[in-house]
Amino acid sequence: MTTVAEKRPTNAGHDGGRLPLEYTRHEGPLNILGFWIFLATDVVLFASLFATYFVLRTHVDGGPTDKELFGISGFTIETVLLLTSSFTGSLAVYAMRNGNKKRLLGWLIVTLLLGIAFVGYELHEFLDYAAEGATMQRSAFLSAFFTLVGTHGAHVTFGIIWMASIIVQIARYGIDAINARKTFIVSLYWHFLDIIWIFIFTTVYMMGVVS
Amino acid sequence: MLESLKEFAGHFFVTGEPLIYMSDVAIVVVSLAIVFTLTYLKKWKWLWKEWLTTVDHKKIGIMYLISALLMLFRGGVDALLMRTQLALPNLHFLDPQHYNEIFTTHGTIMILFMAMPFLFALFNIVVPLQIGARDVAFPYLNAISFWLFFFGALLFNLSFVIGGSPDAGWVSYPPLTELATDPGPGENFYLLSLQISGIGSIATGINFIVTILKMRAPGMTLMKMPLFSWSVLASCIIIVFAFPALTVALALLMFDRLFGTHFFTMLHGGNPMMYINLFWVWGHPEVYIAVLPAFGVISEVVATFSRKSVFGYKSMVAALMVITVINYLVWAHHFFTMGASAGVNAYFAVATMLVGIPTGVKVFNWLFTMFRGRIRLTLPMLWAIAFIPCFAIGGATGVMLAAAPADYQYHNSFFLIAHFHQTLIGGVVFGLLAGLYYWWPKMFGFILDERLGKWAFWFFNIGFYVCFMPMYALGFMGMTRRVYTYPAETGWTGLNFVSTIGAYLMGIGFLLIVAQVLYSIKYGKRDVTGDPWDGRTLEWALPSPVPHYNFARIPEVSELDAWWHMKQNGETLAAQNKKAPLEPIHMPKNTGRPFIMGVFFFIAGFGFVFNWFWMGAIGLIGVVITLIARSQERDTEYEIPAEEIRRTESALGRL
Amino acid sequence: MTNGRMQEGKHAPLIPMKNFVGYLLSLVLTFAALALGMAHVLSFGAVMLIMLLLAVLQVVVQLIFFMHFTESDGPRYHIVGLALGAFFALCVIFGSIWIMTFNSQVH
Ligand code: HEM
Ligand SMILES: [Cu+2]
Repeated sequence: MTTVAEKRPTNAGHDGGRLPLEYTRHEGPLNILGFWIFLATDVVLFASLFATYFVLRTHVDGGPTDKELFGISGFTIETVLLLTSSFTGSLAVYAMRNGNKKRLLGWLIVTLLLGIAFVGYELHEFLDYAAEGATMQRSAFLSAFFTLVGTHGAHVTFGIIWMASIIVQIARYGIDAINARKTFIVSLYWHFLDIIWIFIFTTVYMMGVVS
Repeated sequence: MLESLKEFAGHFFVTGEPLIYMSDVAIVVVSLAIVFTLTYLKKWKWLWKEWLTTVDHKKIGIMYLISALLMLFRGGVDALLMRTQLALPNLHFLDPQHYNEIFTTHGTIMILFMAMPFLFALFNIVVPLQIGARDVAFPYLNAISFWLFFFGALLFNLSFVIGGSPDAGWVSYPPLTELATDPGPGENFYLLSLQISGIGSIATGINFIVTILKMRAPGMTLMKMPLFSWSVLASCIIIVFAFPALTVALALLMFDRLFGTHFFTMLHGGNPMMYINLFWVWGHPEVYIAVLPAFGVISEVVATFSRKSVFGYKSMVAALMVITVINYLVWAHHFFTMGASAGVNAYFAVATMLVGIPTGVKVFNWLFTMFRGRIRLTLPMLWAIAFIPCFAIGGATGVMLAAAPADYQYHNSFFLIAHFHQTLIGGVVFGLLAGLYYWWPKMFGFILDERLGKWAFWFFNIGFYVCFMPMYALGFMGMTRRVYTYPAETGWTGLNFVSTIGAYLMGIGFLLIVAQVLYSIKYGKRDVTGDPWDGRTLEWALPSPVPHYNFARIPEVSELDAWWHMKQNGETLAAQNKKAPLEPIHMPKNTGRPFIMGVFFFIAGFGFVFNWFWMGAIGLIGVVITLIARSQERDTEYEIPAEEIRRTESALGRL
Repeated sequence: MTNGRMQEGKHAPLIPMKNFVGYLLSLVLTFAALALGMAHVLSFGAVMLIMLLLAVLQVVVQLIFFMHFTESDGPRYHIVGLALGAFFALCVIFGSIWIMTFNSQVH
C-alpha cells in the first residue's frame, strides 16, 4: 500500500495522457474500479426488480392498471429533472478537472437541488396515487411498481445525502486528490441513477401509456 | 402490569422445551464465563484493540474462521438431532414443529453462516499473500463485511432463544412463509439476518475482485496468478452478480410480511413462484460461489504435494471462467416440477448438464497433475484426494437430477439430500478442510498433528459414505425430505439406522479435529521456516505467522509458481530485502466504526423482526451516521517507519 | 497539481460543447420516445422495441458524454464488469419472463 506519487497513464482521458487528479493517490483507481463494480451489482439488483415488475404487471386484481394510473405530464417532468441533474453533475466534474472550486460547488448544489426536486415530485406522485386508492397493498402490480420506482427514489435520496457530505468537504478542503475521487465517484452514482430511470421511464411508464 | 410483562416474556422468549431451557442455561453460563475470563485476565482492551477494531486481512480471516467453526458445530448438532430423530420409525425425540425448525436452521447455518465465512476466511488469509499485496483493496470495507456477517449470524442464532426459530426450510418458500400461514417472528429472523450478512458478502465480492485485479505484485500477470486466487476471482464475480437477486427476493418477501404488499401472496394477484425464481437466480450460483474456491484449494494442494506444476494451467483458468458464466444460466433446474413450459425445462436441463464439461476438465487435470508426481500423503493431500471421487459422484448424481423428466421422481426426495450433501460436504467441506490444514501453519505458526488428523480424516470420510449412501436408496424407496418420522411398514428402518450411525461417525470426526487443534496448540510442530510444505506460491516465502505488513518489500514475479522458481534460482525474500534500504510502509489505521455499524445493523434487524419500527429506524439512522462519519474521515492511514520494519524483519531472520 | 491544467482551467467555458451535446441528445431521445408512444401509429411490440433501442442509446450517451466511461489507469476492467452485469441483467429479466409465463392461474 505504498503511495504512488505519479502513476503512468495508459488509457487516461482527454488531457494529453496525464491522469486526472482523482487517480493520483494510490487508493483512487482502486475505489473507482470498486465503484464501477458496485454499479454492475446494482444493475443486477434493479434487473431483479424489473423482472418482478414485468411478471406481475398484469396482476392488477381488478384494481387500477398501469394505463389508468400513470399521468404523462408527471413522469415527463420527473424525467427532465433527472436528465438535467445528470447534465449538471457532469459539469461539476468538468469544473473540478479544471480546478475551479467555485463552479464545482455551484454545479454540485444545482445538481443536488434538482435531485431534491425530483424526489419531491416523485413523493407527490406516490401520494396522489395512494389518494386514489392505488396503494402498495392494493395489488401485486402496485406492490411491484412502488417497490421498483421507490427503490430508485431511495437511491436518489441516498445520493443527495452523500453529495451533501461531499459538498461540505470541498468547501472545507478544496479540490485535492481525495475530494476529486469522491466527487468523481458520486457523479458516477448519479449518472447511473439516471440510466436506471431511463429504463423506468421506458418500460414502466411508457409501456403503461402504450399498452 | 406484571401480567402483561409476563405475557410478553412468554412470547418473546422461547418456552416449553427442555432442550431449549438447557441451551438457555448453557448460553448464560458461557457468556458469563467469557466475560469473567476477559475481565480476570484484563483482556478487554486487547480484545478491542487487536481484534474488534482490526482492519488487518489476516486477523479478519481468523475471526471468520473461528465463527465458521462455531457455526459448523451448531449446524452439526442440528444434523445429529435430525439423524437421531430419524434413526428409528415413530420416534418422538423431536416433535414435527421442532424438526421443521431444526432442518431450517441446519440448512441456513451450514450454507450462509458456515460455508460462506469459511470461504471468506481463506480468501482473506491467503489471497493478499499469494498475490504479493500488503492488504486487500478496501481494508475498512473488509472489516464492515466481517461485522455484517457476524451480526447477521448473531441475529439468526438469537431466534433460537428469543421469538422462535424459522421453520420453513432454508429456502423459505412462500406462500407458506407469508404472514397468514407463518405469523411468528422466526421467519423475520431468517429474512433480516440473511439480508444483513448478504450485504457484507457483496462487499467482500467487490473487495476481492479489485484486490486481485489491481494489487498483484509487479510481474504477476493474470496468467501467472496462482489458481486459488483465480478461483477466488471467479467466486467473487459470481457473488457480485448473484447476491443482488437474493437481496431482492428477501426484501420483497419481507415487504409482504411487514408492509402487507402482495408479491408472493395467494391474494390480490401475488405469485409465490416468483420468489422461487428469484431465490434460485441466486441459489444456484451460490453453490458455485462455495465450490469454486474449494477447486482452487485442491489445485494448490495437489500441485504442492505432487511436486509438480499444475497440469493444464490454462485450461484450468478457462474452465473456471466458463463455469463463472454458465452457472448463472441454469437456475430453473431447482424447480422443474413447477410446471413451466416444456421449452423451459428442456433448456435448463441441457444447460445444467453442460456445466459438467468444464468441471470434468478440472477433475482430469488434477489427476494428471498427480500422475507421475512425487506424492506426499500429508493431511491436506489426503483431503484433496478424498475430495475428487466424492465430488465426482456428487456431480454424476447431479446430472441424473438434471434430466428434467426424471427429476419429477427424484425431486425433494432423500436422493436429492444425498446428492447435495455429496457436493457440499464432499466438495465444499473437504476442500475447505484441505485448505485449512494447508494454510494453518501460515496462520498460526504451527502444524496440526498428523496422527490425530488421520483419525479424524478416516472417521469423517467413512462416516460420510455410511451416512449418505443409504440416503440415495431411501430416496428411490420413496422417502421424501423434511419428514419428521415414518411408519415401520415403509421398510426404511434399516437404511435410516445405518445413516444415523454414519452421522455419528462424522460427529466423532469433527470432535477429533477439535482435539487435534487443542493438542497441536501445545505440542504441534512449530513452523520456523515459513515454508513447511515446500510450497510453490508467494505466501510460503513469508515467515509464519506473517508480519502485519506482509511484505517488507513487494517481490518481483516472473513466473507462475513464483516462490518455487525463486527457490530454484537460489533466491529468497531475505536476499531481496537486503538489496536496498527498506522504505516506510503506509498501512490503514484500525477503527471501531465497522463494529459499531454492525451493532446498528443488528439493532435495525432486531427491530424489524418484531415490527418495532421505531427500533428499526434508530438502527438505520445509526448506520447512515456511521456512513457519513466515514465519508468525512480523511486521515485513514499511518506510516510504519523503516526502522521498525528493519527490526521486525531481522528478528524474523529475514535480513 | 502537477501540470498546467489548473491554470488553463480558469478560462475553460462554463458549459463545454461535449456535455451540452450529451444533454441535448438525451432530451431529444426522451421526447422521441414520448412522441412515439403517444402517436399510436405502430403496434405495441414495435413501439416497445423502438423505445428500448432509444433507451439503449440514452445509456450510451450517459456513458460516453458524462461518465468518462473509457478512462482508466490500466486495463479497462470496469468495462468487462459492466458488460457482464448487463448480460446477467438481461438473463434475469428475460429468463424470468420466459420461466414465469407458464399457464398461470393467478391473475
Ligand atoms: C455432519 C454432516 C451432515 C449431516 C449428517 C446432515 C444431515 C442432514 C439432514 C438429515 C437433513 C434434512 C433432511 C430432511 O429431513 O429434509 C439435512 C438438510 C440439509 N443440509 Fe445437511 N447434513 C450435514 C452437513 C451439511 C453441510 C456441511 C451442509 C452445507 C454446507 C448441509 C446443508 C444442508 C441443507 C441446505 C439442507 C436442506 C435444509 C432444508 O431442507 O431446508 N448439510 N442435512
Ligand atoms: Cu442448482
